[in-house]
Amino acid sequence: MALRVVHYINQFYANIGGEEKADYPAELRVGEFVGPGMALKQAFGEEAEIVATIVCGDSFFAENMDETTAKVVAWVKEQNADVFVAGPAFNAGRYGLACGAVAAAVKEQLGVPSVTAMYSENPGVDMYKANTYIVPTKNSAAGMRDAVKKLAPLALKLAKGEKIGASCEDNYFNQGVRVNFFEQERGAKRAVDMLLKKIAGKPFETEYPMPSFDRVAPNKAVKDMSKATIALVTSGGIVPKTNPDHIEASNASKYGEYDISMFNDLTKDSHETAHGGYDPVYANDDPDRVLPVDVLRDMEREGVIGKLHNKFYTTVGNGTAVASAKKFAEEFSKKLIADGVTAVILTST
Amino acid sequence: MKLELGFIKIEDVVLGSESKIVDGVLTVDCEAVKKLVLENDKIKDVQIDVAKPGESTRITPVKDVIQPRVKVEGPGGIFPGVIAPVDTVGSGKTYALEGMAVVTAGKIVGFQEGIIDMSGEGAKYCPFSKLINLVLVIEPIEGLKQHDYEEAVRIAGLKVACYIGELARTLTPYRTKAYETPTLTEGLKLYPDLPRVAYVKMLQSQGLLHDTYVYGVDAKKTLSTFIYPTELFDGAILSGNCVSACDKNPTIVHENDPVSTELFEQHGKTINFVGVIITNENVYLADKKRSSDWSAKMAEYFGVDAVVITEEGFGNPDTDLMMNCTKIEAKGIKTVLVTDEYCGQDGKSQSLADSNPAADACVTAGNANQVVVLPAMDKVIGTLDYVNKIAGGNENSLRPDGSIEAEIQVITGATSEVGYGLLSAR
Repeated sequence: MALRVVHYINQFYANIGGEEKADYPAELRVGEFVGPGMALKQAFGEEAEIVATIVCGDSFFAENMDETTAKVVAWVKEQNADVFVAGPAFNAGRYGLACGAVAAAVKEQLGVPSVTAMYSENPGVDMYKANTYIVPTKNSAAGMRDAVKKLAPLALKLAKGEKIGASCEDNYFNQGVRVNFFEQERGAKRAVDMLLKKIAGKPFETEYPMPSFDRVAPNKAVKDMSKATIALVTSGGIVPKTNPDHIEASNASKYGEYDISMFNDLTKDSHETAHGGYDPVYANDDPDRVLPVDVLRDMEREGVIGKLHNKFYTTVGNGTAVASAKKFAEEFSKKLIADGVTAVILTST
Repeated sequence: MKLELGFIKIEDVVLGSESKIVDGVLTVDCEAVKKLVLENDKIKDVQIDVAKPGESTRITPVKDVIQPRVKVEGPGGIFPGVIAPVDTVGSGKTYALEGMAVVTAGKIVGFQEGIIDMSGEGAKYCPFSKLINLVLVIEPIEGLKQHDYEEAVRIAGLKVACYIGELARTLTPYRTKAYETPTLTEGLKLYPDLPRVAYVKMLQSQGLLHDTYVYGVDAKKTLSTFIYPTELFDGAILSGNCVSACDKNPTIVHENDPVSTELFEQHGKTINFVGVIITNENVYLADKKRSSDWSAKMAEYFGVDAVVITEEGFGNPDTDLMMNCTKIEAKGIKTVLVTDEYCGQDGKSQSLADSNPAADACVTAGNANQVVVLPAMDKVIGTLDYVNKIAGGNENSLRPDGSIEAEIQVITGATSEVGYGLLSAR
């Protein structure tokens, strides 16, 4: 028996109309295949058949996203699909987002494998590539043949429940998961080939795109510490006792700003750590171990530093997203500058 | 410097009472090999065995893999400074035995030796499963310290490889290939219009059994330096390390240095391959800075346009890799890196411990954390006692039926960071 495919397309590819028909409501057409469905049907051959096509206007989807997604999921379930295919959407933004949304929902809610296809700059790619398979296409429908040539084999593989290879083998946008596979040439040859391209100024594709670490060059040294106002900032999670702002123990969504003007020494009665990533016993026993208020007060008294800033900023660095950490620092560094702080001591765990 | 490499094809290896190579069949005199190994009074006993491709055989814990070679013309001998006396090698004529290797096995540290399966899933990942392996399972005398045991096993393997290689001295290679590196000034005259390329080869030198030897010198006590690629082909660099089995460079990989070989393929055609800069991977920050400064300085001095940089090991050496890359790129020299990845069994974590935007051209040998199931084998050369302990294994790796579920990290040479294999990842 042929594998069962449900196909999702927009009003344009269903030959209903362009932008003026974008409010066309979602409908299920059992036993029909339209537009790109014809090419898909041909590519599937005897192995799979399109048992139903879902048509939906792009504006209609965007304006009724939740209900429409639910409806699509219910239809796909009803049709007992082996695989759900959406698009290709090429560079059509709203269509791409709709394809990504329904494909991701079908996969997540039904466990039915799903695949869509679109151009690399379609916003649907970044939003949904981790949640469904997205086949890269050219930026317009002129790339339909090429798109179907890649989309159909991947859809068949998914329908059969076969193991999916690395993104470059089975033609989909990397899902943020590294997958091993065997290349045709050994690594040394690939390295030399890549080098020749790089030397010649030709385009080359790295096999491992480096994660971008945001590195900050240190400021110039403080010339006269005896006049400097020093602030303490920590990712070690030191907070006033009971963690009044409920900073999370892991993957923190916020930071705290707390007054230390009345403290010469942090104690187990005054402060604690909110950090869930290390043994908190010693930090809770003496929070100065992570946020050294006591030592800085000594230095203030001895004239080594001008003064200790009256507030400290704190968060939990345990599994906290870099994006959050960056956002926190962008905010409180402005406050630190506005308060005339000369330098900051950052402590971790 | 010019070296002609001749290859002697070995079709079969048999154990017997006389050592000889006749019509591609290597016969090994077990008593002679045993005597050679037992010359070292730190070794109590040695078991000699042969494992062939396709057999249901597992070799573990594997320490090193060595290709027998013999120097038939030119100065020096194979493994200079260790087996042969110190003399500059890399010129003249050398014969290599193709299709076989000497494999040393023994529990040295018990957690960083590897597995070679001669068939099944593991064989797909292991470049040495395709060779006929003459295996030496070496047992130390009681109470021998690990580093002394490592040295004893290392030297025993090299000695046996040279003993076997010597059998080929009077044979005729079935194919030969000449490799020549001109001097800097000759190269400039010969190839004035070709881009100049060097190979920056990082040698594992974290210490405490993480060592590599260059002409017998422990690489962690060296400054980055220049070496002709053909010196590598004569065994100038050899492995003395117990890092994760998948991405250590066994001696055979240095002898057949894949990046140098591929650069030679392009030499005189698309590039002028000027030679190899070797640099170490020490653990101290000052050493890392000094060594990477030095490799960048040499790349600059040689006036190269581009380099390939390879790593050995992972984690700590990732910082050396990035330092070499960024410092060399900062001199306007283009780089391509070869590394492997540790992005977790699910492939979702960050692959390297360090990263830099300058590293925009990177070849990967795959994710070492990928889990595989290695089927049970009819025969085990060595022992399965350490399978659960080796890096990449866990307390449940060895199953009651003899099969193994572990990360490919356990497989010798699976994710070679000098590009010896085909494995990659995206």
